[in-house]
Amino acid sequence: MTELLGIYNYWIYVVLMMIGFYGVIAKKNLIKQAIALGLFQTGIFLFYISMAVVDGGTAPIWTTIGDGSIKALGPYDNPLPHVLILTAIVVSVSVLAVALAIIINIKWKYGTIEYDEITAMDRASGGGDDD
Amino acid sequence: MTGTELPLLAMAVPAVGAILIGVFGRWPNIRELITVLTSVTLLGVVLQILPLALADDFWSTTWTAEPLVLLEMLPGIPLTLKIEPLGMIYALIASSLWILNSLYSVGYMRGNKEKHQTRFYMCFALAIASVMGIAFSGNIFTLFVFYEALSVSTYPLVAHKGTPEAVRSARVYLGILVGTSVGLLLPAIIATYYFTGNLDFQPGGVFQEALANERIVGPAIGVLFFMYMYGIGKAALMPMHKWLPAAMVAPTPVSALLHAVAVVKAGVFSVVKVIIYIFGTTSLVSTGQGEWLIYVAGATIVIASCIALFQDNLKRRLAYSTVSQLSYITIAASLLSPLGYMAAAIHIAAHAFGKITLFFAAGSIYTAAHKTNISQLDGIGRKMPWTMGAFAIGSLSMIGVPPTAGFISKWYLLSGAWETGYTFVIVVVLLSTLLNAGYFLPIVWRAFFRAPPEETHHASMSHADGNFGDPHDHGHGHKDHGHDDHGDHGEAPLPIVFALTCTAAGTVLLFFFPDIALGLAEQIYRGLPLP
Amino acid sequence: MIDIQANLPALIVVIPLLGGVLATFTGRGILPWAWASLVTGATFALTLRMMATLLQSGAPYISYELGNWPRWWGIEYRVDLLNAFILLVVAGVGFITTLYARESVNDEIAKDRHHVFYAVWILAITGLLGITITGDAFNVYVLLEISSLTVYALIAMGKDRDRRALTASLRYLILGSVGASFILLGIGYLMMVTGTLNMEDMHNQLMRLANLDTNRTVLVAFAFLLVGLSIKMALYPLHMWLPKAYTYAPSAVSALLAATATKVGVYMAFRFLFGIFGVGFSFYAMPSHLILLAMASLGIVFSSLAAIRQNNAKSLLAYSSVGQIGYIVAGFSLANPDGVAGSIVHIFNHAVTKGGMFLALGAVAYRVGGTDISHLRGLAKRMPLTCGALALGGLGLIGMPLTAGFISKWYLVKGAMGSGMWGLVVVVLFGSLLALVYVWKLIEAMYFGEPTGRSAEAKEAPLSMLIPIWILVALSIYFGVDATFTGETATRAAAGLLGGTP
Repeated sequence: MTELLGIYNYWIYVVLMMIGFYGVIAKKNLIKQAIALGLFQTGIFLFYISMAVVDGGTAPIWTTIGDGSIKALGPYDNPLPHVLILTAIVVSVSVLAVALAIIINIKWKYGTIEYDEITAMDRASGGGDDD
Repeated sequence: MTGTELPLLAMAVPAVGAILIGVFGRWPNIRELITVLTSVTLLGVVLQILPLALADDFWSTTWTAEPLVLLEMLPGIPLTLKIEPLGMIYALIASSLWILNSLYSVGYMRGNKEKHQTRFYMCFALAIASVMGIAFSGNIFTLFVFYEALSVSTYPLVAHKGTPEAVRSARVYLGILVGTSVGLLLPAIIATYYFTGNLDFQPGGVFQEALANERIVGPAIGVLFFMYMYGIGKAALMPMHKWLPAAMVAPTPVSALLHAVAVVKAGVFSVVKVIIYIFGTTSLVSTGQGEWLIYVAGATIVIASCIALFQDNLKRRLAYSTVSQLSYITIAASLLSPLGYMAAAIHIAAHAFGKITLFFAAGSIYTAAHKTNISQLDGIGRKMPWTMGAFAIGSLSMIGVPPTAGFISKWYLLSGAWETGYTFVIVVVLLSTLLNAGYFLPIVWRAFFRAPPEETHHASMSHADGNFGDPHDHGHGHKDHGHDDHGDHGEAPLPIVFALTCTAAGTVLLFFFPDIALGLAEQIYRGLPLP
Repeated sequence: MIDIQANLPALIVVIPLLGGVLATFTGRGILPWAWASLVTGATFALTLRMMATLLQSGAPYISYELGNWPRWWGIEYRVDLLNAFILLVVAGVGFITTLYARESVNDEIAKDRHHVFYAVWILAITGLLGITITGDAFNVYVLLEISSLTVYALIAMGKDRDRRALTASLRYLILGSVGASFILLGIGYLMMVTGTLNMEDMHNQLMRLANLDTNRTVLVAFAFLLVGLSIKMALYPLHMWLPKAYTYAPSAVSALLAATATKVGVYMAFRFLFGIFGVGFSFYAMPSHLILLAMASLGIVFSSLAAIRQNNAKSLLAYSSVGQIGYIVAGFSLANPDGVAGSIVHIFNHAVTKGGMFLALGAVAYRVGGTDISHLRGLAKRMPLTCGALALGGLGLIGMPLTAGFISKWYLVKGAMGSGMWGLVVVVLFGSLLALVYVWKLIEAMYFGEPTGRSAEAKEAPLSMLIPIWILVALSIYFGVDATFTGETATRAAAGLLGGTP
């Protein structure tokens, strides 16, 4: 039991990701799709952060101690995933921004952000090509 | 000078000709002069190569010399050109008939006011360049490359008219030819390379060593043989023959080129070449995997002849006759005996002269009288004596009656069949001779001995069509009036009549002076490894 | 003064990165295009020099540590024969399409957004180059997102011609982001096992694991990466984003994407499957080669069939691209020298062939206003050079001898025979026949159709378009006639991959 609960944040990451994934697939509203995509990626942030955890670890702060040498205050969490995930957060925000920009343009050109309506309009205008 | 670079020259001449034709396309007279000059130059070059191939010490000198490497296409697989007797026959026929075909084309294309003539002459020259590449290819890979080049360069010729029917037929043409070559021939070649590491043509074939050390087994040879034979769709082995009748929509000079000179001959030439120089007699005899070809080819001969019997369209009947005649060559080669190989080689030449005469005659009738069906030909021999005379000679050659070239090849074929003891082949040859007579002689009889139909004279056809001279006079009204308007016509334009007379004469001359063809055929025989 | 030679790998990414950002300040008129040409041209020159340096040095690879941080801490750029080759393709095609873009972009994109277009355009190329050159797994993800984000924007810019560009772009954005997230997850799991992000270190650590084949974390990483990469390289049936994106993107963008974007996806697959997991794990311990082969074969057949049904030449070529990716994937999943070499050769051959064809279609769109088959009818009389390029490119797609496509097919078929995969031989050749059908649809329309509407009075494309088109088409012919350079490079690169060095 402890093995399962002890890694609860991994459970949360999977659940978050799947909620997001479901939204991306199932939602017909483009804004909702974009939000779901954000949620999906947020799940991954949690995963990265969780994997950096060290038992009893603190922030990775090194400081000068009595004899003048520089040392960590104690066991500390792996800072590398934190750094990585900062980048990933930036990426995720950019993706969201581009997605929203496109959706705004869709709203201008089509007058709607409902996927079904857009598909119907595309079909009516007739591209002749099919998937 | 060893002469090994001459094949390159033979390829370069028509290729350069094609470029010049394109450059001078705006001036028809210059353009057509270039075509004729190029064809004459090409024959000159090929005649330069001939003594090398005929020389007594050919197999020890020219053959063993380093082949001419055009370029190394893939690491370890170069495109090479090499002189070889069978290819020599093919090159000689193609280059000599091209001259006549060029003259004929000038008459025909002008007489029928065809469009896109520059494209026509360019593609024609490119096709001949590909033919030279096939004839002198030093390995099966080179042959394949030029084989495909030939398919692509003849496509615009088949689709020439641009009508929906022409485009559709050209689609069948290209579909079958490229389909078989990419679907079967290419994997067969790659598999050959995979098993033997060698794609060079060599007497005795490339599989001996692989068979000896059991890298390849008999049934695999059989599968490969099947892939090669059907992969070479141009040989029109049934049921891969459909492209030939489909290609009949093309202008007649193209049909003549396809059926007599370049394309079908590229097919059977490749078949014979693969049998002799890739598989080799020994590999096929020892594994017994080649025998089915005799029966398939035999069946093709008889079935195609039967179909021909019921065709009323003259060109379609000729097309099925070609399907049948091509399998003569295939069946001769598949006897796997020296006499059979000789018969195949000679029949390539004999059929070429005979069939081109027949097509020239068909085109001549179309140009002068605008008739395409056999039932319309009653009494036409009286108006077009030269054309129908030539047609008669061509027919006799197809049947194999002396004094025409067809007799010689049939003689060798029967000897080969006798020697190897295939009664089936003898029966097929006799049966098909009867069938040939059955579908060619009625045409001749009709043309000369039936009374012409009641002539309906249209007022609009006031201009006299009975002249040889100015081709521009012909064709007026062809587009406007359709069939049977030419009740009053004479012979076709002079270039046409000249060309078909020459080829008819060639058919007879080849009977009396077969030395060159026989010499080359014997040369193949001499190159074979002793059993 | 910067030592160009010593910093060559970094400059290949830094120059277009800065160039792209600076392009936003180039204002209007011809300046944005000129700047983009300059930057991509300089980058192309650098990749050429990179290749020359690598070949001269004779070393298996050149390593470059960014900011002089040791590779296990910092980011390492590593250039071996494989990625030098891909860099050359990406930068070369990037440069040629940039040259081409001027007229086409003038025509298709609003005048006040040209500087933005070219900025994003250069950054897209930067991302693709960066993915190719880096030796750091996380860096791959970051650069992947840079290239993806810019590509979404580029596709969306087709909205001035057809609003469906927007939906196509959003669809690609969502699928692409999911794919990239899977890759990010995969990299995360790999880091959990190996504790490093450097590709070579990762490989070494993995090889040290005793229970590599059964290690759950490694398996999960592998699964995530495989799916993510499949989306990115548009492997059937995860290709759904591609056809519409290519169809509605601006002409120059379609050409750039078709020639480079999915190819870089394949390159990532090379690095992860061969470099990090190793041939033994990816293709023998896991049944992935069977899955990949099956998907590739299905892709070749079904997307070629779909291509036949298309009435728009651009979407016809787009479906054809999905099929061609099938060939590339089938080649490397064989994991034998000929197959992998065929895969690498086809990356190049398909890039020049398809790139040239998309450029030619762009010229058609420029003159006629659309790329439906009906627009192409009878166009050969009006635009002989453009149509000639399309026809020659088409022959390359079929794999006719003397075109580059034939060379790829030769290697692939030989590779399939070497592994005894006779079914794949049949699929590859059947695919060629299907290609014959869809290419002939174009050729018959161009050469035997009757022109209508704007096609009837169209003029030949301007020289600034024709030259880039014909450079690519000429390359596809040249490397079909003499494939010794591409063939040997690919064979050596394949040997390197199969040897397991990342």
